[in-house]
Amino acid sequence: MDNARDDYSKLEEDLIKPITQTGRDFYITVAILLAVISVGVFAWIIQLRDGLGVTGLNRPIYWGFYITNFVFFIGISHAGTLISAILRLANAEWRRAITRSAEVITVLVLFWGVGNIINDLGRPERLLDTIFHGKFQSPLLWDVVSISAYLICSSVYLYLPLIPDIALLRDKFKGTKRGKFYRILAIGWKGTAKQWKILQRMISLMAILIIPIAVSVHTVVSYVFAMTIQPMWHSTIFGPYFVTGAIFSGIAALLIAMVVIRKSCHLQAYLKPVHFNNLGLLLLVMSILWFYFTFTENLTSFYGAEPSHLAVFYAKLTGPYAPYFWSMVFLCFILPMAILSNRKTRTIPGIFIVSCGVIVGMWLERYTIVLPTLINPRLPIERGVYTPSWVELAITAACFAAFILLYILFVKMFPIVSIWEIKEGKELGVEETTARVKSYLPDTVLEKKSGGSGANENDSSSRRENDHE
Amino acid sequence: MRKWGMVIDLDRCAGCQACVVACKAENNVVHSDPVQEETFRAISWMSVLTVMEGEYPDVKERYFPRPCMHCENPPCVKVCPVGATYKNPEGIVAQVYTRCIGCRYCTNNCPYTLKYFNYFRPRWTREMKNLLNPDVPKRQVGVVEKCTFCHHRLQKAKEDARFEKRELREKDYVPACVQTCPTGALIFGDLENPKSEVFRLSKISRAFRLLEELGTEPQVFYLTEGEWHG
Repeated sequence: MDNARDDYSKLEEDLIKPITQTGRDFYITVAILLAVISVGVFAWIIQLRDGLGVTGLNRPIYWGFYITNFVFFIGISHAGTLISAILRLANAEWRRAITRSAEVITVLVLFWGVGNIINDLGRPERLLDTIFHGKFQSPLLWDVVSISAYLICSSVYLYLPLIPDIALLRDKFKGTKRGKFYRILAIGWKGTAKQWKILQRMISLMAILIIPIAVSVHTVVSYVFAMTIQPMWHSTIFGPYFVTGAIFSGIAALLIAMVVIRKSCHLQAYLKPVHFNNLGLLLLVMSILWFYFTFTENLTSFYGAEPSHLAVFYAKLTGPYAPYFWSMVFLCFILPMAILSNRKTRTIPGIFIVSCGVIVGMWLERYTIVLPTLINPRLPIERGVYTPSWVELAITAACFAAFILLYILFVKMFPIVSIWEIKEGKELGVEETTARVKSYLPDTVLEKKSGGSGANENDSSSRRENDHE
Repeated sequence: MRKWGMVIDLDRCAGCQACVVACKAENNVVHSDPVQEETFRAISWMSVLTVMEGEYPDVKERYFPRPCMHCENPPCVKVCPVGATYKNPEGIVAQVYTRCIGCRYCTNNCPYTLKYFNYFRPRWTREMKNLLNPDVPKRQVGVVEKCTFCHHRLQKAKEDARFEKRELREKDYVPACVQTCPTGALIFGDLENPKSEVFRLSKISRAFRLLEELGTEPQVFYLTEGEWHG
């Protein structure tokens, strides 16, 4: 018993350390990020003052970096919630150390997805007109509804499993200013059996609820393009294609976050190679699935050979967007296949390189979906050129920096690895898993004799198995 | 109910660009500087394209005026999230500048790329300021604008008719470009009225419409002898 208590206090100490101890690296990183953000804010003020003329947009290229960022960030947001919800519902024990870092990505990145689309508006001050005078026939309004629902649900889904950990921090920091902050957030958590029961039930409910919402979000984002009649946007596979890409880039973002957290917070004992291996395999699967969609989408357009589609197709494969397109294919498919399919290279550094590549590649994917269609409208008259201006680059950089900054601040305020879930894993997980695995297998003679409720269950399930045979 | 439409006789167009200038003056379309022109930010509700046909020495230059097509099934109207662009009962696709949030979804879904975005704050020289048309609102930065078939002229014609206690006649309402055209290449009228000229012309064998296969049903018809090689 003493042994276990020592174990737990060590665990708490390890996981709270990033909150209490702040190194010099932290301040340097924050300073750099703040510098990038302030350049972005400056650019943003200029854009607000002068209008969208300060960007590289024109006619017919009405959408550019901002819309690409919007689709990209919303895609990243699928990291968290979806992965964590699926792993939770599937009772995957290895989830315990990674769910929270995934959920935080979702909530924080959504702001920048939404931010980019507001930033893309010519009159951002009229944003609320979409609510007061909204026309639901427009796919943009479907986005508004779906993304708001996703933001609310994923925030709740992040907050619920945080409550017990916040309560722990409240007790740790009693009497300080910080303690007050945690006391408010802990909303009177005492850890009674009833509270636990409600919490667990709510978490399961949210996990179930969030999966269809997450899928709807990126489907609807793809509909913004698919519902138009523009060549190579008007595609029926865009929904699943975008969702796949979203989960793909989301896993990559999660892996990058995990590598950085593992190193900077010294959590090598918690984020183990097995976590990276499992997620790496998932990344590989998504890479293959993504490639399948990309292949299908492009082959269909090529084979159909409608002139307006071919113009877009060749703009991607051999035209001005060929460098982006082929880098994307390399980063999203060839590189992951090369590194992740080999056990020797599927190491943490290897996975880190692949994940960074996938993030860049998936951004390029969004870019090569938005732009080639816009430079080739149906009528062969207007042909545009698009070069992003410094304003767009600065604001894009600031969005990334702001996301990273918020993430760092979160790590500084809350345990990034769920303390109670790890404890629960140690207490119950092992037994539960053993029991579960046993239930999959035919019963041994000894167990049949021993009886008990658990054994009875096993009996019935194994009997069912026999019936099938 | 009337359905206003236009017929453009390409065989008659002389490429003088009078319609372009008339449109800009009538509708307070902002004047773009050369830089805006080069970066494709210029706004011109009516534009005349030049198309070269054949090969030297057998070359023909042809002109192609393009106002908004005022589609019967306008793709731009469908996607507007706030209803800033709509199809009015008389067939005109209109834009509410004070409602538009500037998302540019409609501009992207227009297969004819005939909607324009205000990338800059409109600037007028002092001389121009005195010449602005009081019947047409000036557009602010960040909103989409488009050809309205000089809708304000229809309003005025209706008011006049009401004042004179008579029905609105078809000839009372003519957009600025049509009024200006010296060769009579632009013809305007009610496509629902079997007696009107546009009705007759829209049915003749020389008539065609742009991107007819999309089912947008433009209310702007083009006339040309033989095939158009645009």
